[in-house]
Amino acid sequence: MDINTVRSIVTVVAFAAFIAIVLWAYSDRSKAGFDQAARLPFDEDEGEDGIGYGERK
Amino acid sequence: MDKAKIYNYTVVRQFALMTVVWGIVGMLVGVLIAAQLRWPELNFDIPWLSYGRLRPLHTNAVIFAFGGSSLFATSYYVVQRTCHTRLYAGGLAAFTFWGWQAVIVLAAVTLPLGLTSGKEYAELEWPIDILITLVWVSYAIVFFGTIAKRKTPHIYVANWFFGAFILTVAILHLVNSAAVPVSFWKSYSAYAGVQDAMVQWWYGHNAVGFFLTAGFLGMMYYFIPKQAGRPVYSYRLSVVHFWALIFTYMWAGPHHLHYTALPDWAQSLGMVFSLILLAPSWGGMINGMMTLSGAWHKLRQDPILKFLIVSLSFYGMSTFEGPMMSIKTVNALSHYTDWTIGHVHSGALGWVGLVAMGSIYYLIPRLYGRATMYSVPLINMHFWMATIGIVLYIAAMWIAGVMQGLLWRAVSSDGTLTYSFVEVVKYTYPFYTIRLLGGLLYLAGMFVMAYNVWKTVAGQVGVNAPIPAVAAAHA
Repeated sequence: MDINTVRSIVTVVAFAAFIAIVLWAYSDRSKAGFDQAARLPFDEDEGEDGIGYGERK
Repeated sequence: MDKAKIYNYTVVRQFALMTVVWGIVGMLVGVLIAAQLRWPELNFDIPWLSYGRLRPLHTNAVIFAFGGSSLFATSYYVVQRTCHTRLYAGGLAAFTFWGWQAVIVLAAVTLPLGLTSGKEYAELEWPIDILITLVWVSYAIVFFGTIAKRKTPHIYVANWFFGAFILTVAILHLVNSAAVPVSFWKSYSAYAGVQDAMVQWWYGHNAVGFFLTAGFLGMMYYFIPKQAGRPVYSYRLSVVHFWALIFTYMWAGPHHLHYTALPDWAQSLGMVFSLILLAPSWGGMINGMMTLSGAWHKLRQDPILKFLIVSLSFYGMSTFEGPMMSIKTVNALSHYTDWTIGHVHSGALGWVGLVAMGSIYYLIPRLYGRATMYSVPLINMHFWMATIGIVLYIAAMWIAGVMQGLLWRAVSSDGTLTYSFVEVVKYTYPFYTIRLLGGLLYLAGMFVMAYNVWKTVAGQVGVNAPIPAVAAAHA
């Protein structure tokens, strides 16, 4: 196969992969997991406002 | 206390403090060479102090010493705290600190001596390149090892950005630094001609995209939500932001080689991908800023938030300006002028500098068991000194750059150039003076930060926070 055909295929596959990622990110199925992930910086041993200073011993 | 139950803050503290030290050193060299452009006598006829040798010292010091130390500090802090586990391989983490400091010191010695491979932002000679590789591989082991042993079900988005930065910089460094050594301090690139140029700017632009963007976006996605006290505006958008950057940045490098021997199609490709980059860049900026939605009043009272949010404004400005300058017809005017310098510094001083400083202000009290920095008004003062300094700097360089571009291309009716080069240099002098003032102000702000940090940590013992016993996500 001509190298340029391969290059074209890779480009199209990469683009399709990106579209698939966008659809996945905005699908309802991802929502719960993302909400959980977004809380990660706050699931810590800190004050209730999330800006506490729980690190102090 | 059992080590497995506390976070490893030692290496975070080391890198956080060195961020301030190297910031002062790198910016001081920047101010000196800015003054040399206005008063060339300031090289004192000493080869080690000549502009050509100090300029790469300035760029290496601010990017890799200041920026690099801040990235190590924040990534080690964030990855532990969002994975609820102690840093993997503490010995290797300590090696990354001492190894990276050794690289910086070697750079500070070899560059003024004139030992350089001549590749922009990759000037260091091959023995130092090998040390960089060792440090970077250790960094990757520590970082990804920590992610592998995480106690949380998800990998927080900031870690995706930090991870992409670590992985990509490893590849960039290995490919671009490939060289044939002829002696201990001299090597030649493994590539020749236009291929060498293309490899160099593939490296150069992705150093901007992954070292100076992806890594600092990792900071943005942790420290803005933390300082604002609310989760990121849209986690979905952050996922799309990440992948859009990954898919696009790699192809933008050719815009550094417009109107050169590089084939036209490659130049156009670089331009098109640079234009596309506007979308993910602004998506990320909006995501960071909207995190404050409903809490805008915090911006008035909290100078650390000012640093973080205004850094995003500069990120937005320079990621709009960059695509515009990559358009070939615009580039015909802007390239080789001081407009490029203005653009770079709007990104470096505005985005990278401010977000790093804001993050370090967040970290320092927490690393030393204090509630806040020694003086919050001094943080505010630093913010305004830095911001006014940046505005002076970039406005001067914009005007100088557009003027240079227009004068250089002016042609008289007999077909000769209207202005000689040295005439244009003379016209640029006032702007070099304004730029120097802006840089001095920015540097002075850094001294204010150093004083504030000193007063915060002096006499304090480092504190290592306990790791939450049960991952809240499971609870």
